Amino acid sequence: MGISSIRGMVLVSVTALLLAGCTSTEQEEPDVAPVTVEPTTTAGTAGEMREPETVAPRRPMVQGGNLIVPLGDATEELQGLFYFDFDQAIVKRVGHTELNKHAMAMKDDRSLRVRLEGHADERGTREYNLALGERRANAIRAYLQAQGVLGSQMEVISYGEEKPAAMGHNEQAWAQNRRVEIVYK
Amino acid sequence: MKYIVSLLVVCVLQVAPARAELRIEVTKGVDNAVRIAIVPFEMRRTGALPTDISEVVTRDLTLSGRFETLPVSQMLSLPGQPDEIFPRDWRLLDVEYLVLGSMEPAGEGQYRLQFFLYNVFNQSVQLSQAIQGTTEELRDMGHYVSDVVFENLTGIDGAFSTRIMYVTATGPIEDRQYQLNIADADGARVETILRSREPILSATWAPDGHRVAYVSFENDGRPAIYLRDLETRMVQQLTSFRGLNGAPAFSSDGKQLAMVLSKDGNPDIYVLNLDNRRLRRITRHYAIDTEPSWTPDDKAIVFTSNRGGKPQIYMITLSDLSVERLTFEGDYNAKASMLPDGSGLVMVHRREGIFHIGHLDLRRGRMTVLTETSLDESPSIAPNGSMLIYATQVGDNGILAAVSIDGGVKFNLPSSEGDVREPAWSPKKRVLFEPIAE
Repeated sequence: MGISSIRGMVLVSVTALLLAGCTSTEQEEPDVAPVTVEPTTTAGTAGEMREPETVAPRRPMVQGGNLIVPLGDATEELQGLFYFDFDQAIVKRVGHTELNKHAMAMKDDRSLRVRLEGHADERGTREYNLALGERRANAIRAYLQAQGVLGSQMEVISYGEEKPAAMGHNEQAWAQNRRVEIVYK
Repeated sequence: MKYIVSLLVVCVLQVAPARAELRIEVTKGVDNAVRIAIVPFEMRRTGALPTDISEVVTRDLTLSGRFETLPVSQMLSLPGQPDEIFPRDWRLLDVEYLVLGSMEPAGEGQYRLQFFLYNVFNQSVQLSQAIQGTTEELRDMGHYVSDVVFENLTGIDGAFSTRIMYVTATGPIEDRQYQLNIADADGARVETILRSREPILSATWAPDGHRVAYVSFENDGRPAIYLRDLETRMVQQLTSFRGLNGAPAFSSDGKQLAMVLSKDGNPDIYVLNLDNRRLRRITRHYAIDTEPSWTPDDKAIVFTSNRGGKPQIYMITLSDLSVERLTFEGDYNAKASMLPDGSGLVMVHRREGIFHIGHLDLRRGRMTVLTETSLDESPSIAPNGSMLIYATQVGDNGILAAVSIDGGVKFNLPSSEGDVREPAWSPKKRVLFEPIAE
C-alpha cells in the first residue's frame, strides 16, 4: 500500500512535470489547485453548531452516482467526468482541481465507494479499447490514491467503446467518449 | 412460367421471419464471373415447400461474386433432368453451366433431392448427386448443393454451409439492447442465443462449431468470459477476475482458450487449459497486450501490443516465450489473425487516419489494404481461407461486409435495424448430408 501509493505519487508528479513542460492548447485552469472544500466537521461536533435549521448537509450525499458536497452554506455537485486524448491515458491537468475535490471528500469519508468507469472512442479495435479504457480508469485511480484515497474505496471497470456518451462518427463525439466517469455507489 | 415466378416470390415472403435478417448486396464481383443458370427444381409428387432450394443456391452462388446467375424469368425452358435439356437454348443465353434437379417425398417429413451440374459447352453431366433431408433442412440442402457446385467449378472449398455469429446493439444510447446472434452464412435464419442490457462482445467459435465463448457484462456490469454449448444451451462462466476478462480465442485443437486478463496489474495474455482449468500467463509486459489468436499449428500466439508505443502485431512462441514483432507499416495495427495456411495475417490497419482491413503477406512482407470503407474492424476469416467478413460503418449504422483475400469479391450484409458488429465465421461446415449411393 505504502509503496504503491508512493509509486502513484511519483507517477503523477512525473506526469505533472511532463505536462508542465508542454505548451497546452486547452483552456488553462488556475495553476495552483485551489482546494476550496474545507474538511467537514465530524458528526461528534455537530451538536455544537449554532444553526440546526440549516439545509446544507454536513456530510456529502450520493445522488444518482454523483457526489454532492457541502460548500459553505450551500452545496456543490462534483463533476465526475474526465476526458482523454486519442490512444492516451494521461490525466489532463485541467481535471486536477475537480479530482482533488473528489479525493478530499473520499478521504474525509472513508465509507464512500466509487466505480471508475473507463471508456474509449469507437476508433480502433474493441478489445484494445477495453484495455485503453482500463488504463484511463487506472490513471484516475493512481491520481486519487496519490491524494490519499484508499485503493479499497475504488473499483475500476472498463467498458471500452461499448458505452458511448455521444453517438456520431466525428471528433466532437469521439472527444466526449474518451472519458472516465467517477460513479459513487 | 409467370406462375412459377410468382410462386417463388410467395415462398420467399413466407419464410421471411419477423426478425431482421441480413440482406446481401454484392458490391464487387470477379470480372470473368462464370455464367450459370440454377433451374427451379422440379417438384415431383409434392406441392410448394416452405423453402425454395434453387432460390437458396442462386443466392449463395451470386453472393460468392464468382458467378453470374441467370434470372428464372429469362430461362427458355425449365428442365428437371439432363435428358430434358436443349443445349442450344442455353448457348443462346451465354450460359456455361446449369444446375438442375428434382425433389420428391421420401417418407415421413423427408425429401430426396437429385441434382445435376451440366456443362453446356461439352453437353455433358459434370456431376450428379442425391441427398435426403427433412423439411427443416431444406435450406441446408440448398447450401450443400451450393458447396458441391462451387467446389467442382472453382476448386475452392465452399463456405455456404457455415454460419456467422455477430452482435447487434439496438435502441437509444441510454437504453441499449445487446444480442448475440447466429445466422447462415448468407444472413438468413437468424437465431438469437443471448439478450442483455449490458455489452456483449468478442464472441468466438470453438473449432468443433458446437461451442462458443464470449465476453458479457451481464454480471453486475462486470466483464466475464462465458462458454456456451449451442446444442445443450448450457452456459459456464469461465472467468471473472478483477479487471479485464476479454478476447477469448480457442486453440485449433479446442483444448485451450487464450484470453486477456489484467488481474496482475496490466492487460496480459493468458492461456486457460479447458480440461484441467489451469491458467498459464503468457505475456508479462507493462504495456497493453491483447487480442490473442493462435497460429494454425497452435505453437504460437499472435497478439496486439502497444509495447513499442503504438499498437502493433507481435507473435509469441509458447515453448520459449520469445516475442517477435510482425508489423512495421502504419501506426495502428490490431486484432490480427493468421490465414489457415499460415501465409499471411489479416488485421485492422490504419492508413492516413482511416481504419481498414489489411492483409500482410508474410512471405513477401507486404501489406495490402483490402477494404475501401472506414472504421473497419473485427475481421474474421472463412474456414476456406478465401474470404473474410468484417464490421464497418455505413452512415450511422454498423454493418457487416465481406471481401475475398485477393480483394476481388466484395459484398455487404446490411441489416434493417440497429448496429451489427463483430462477425465471427464458424470454423467449419455443418455436415448434415451424405450423398446417397445410386
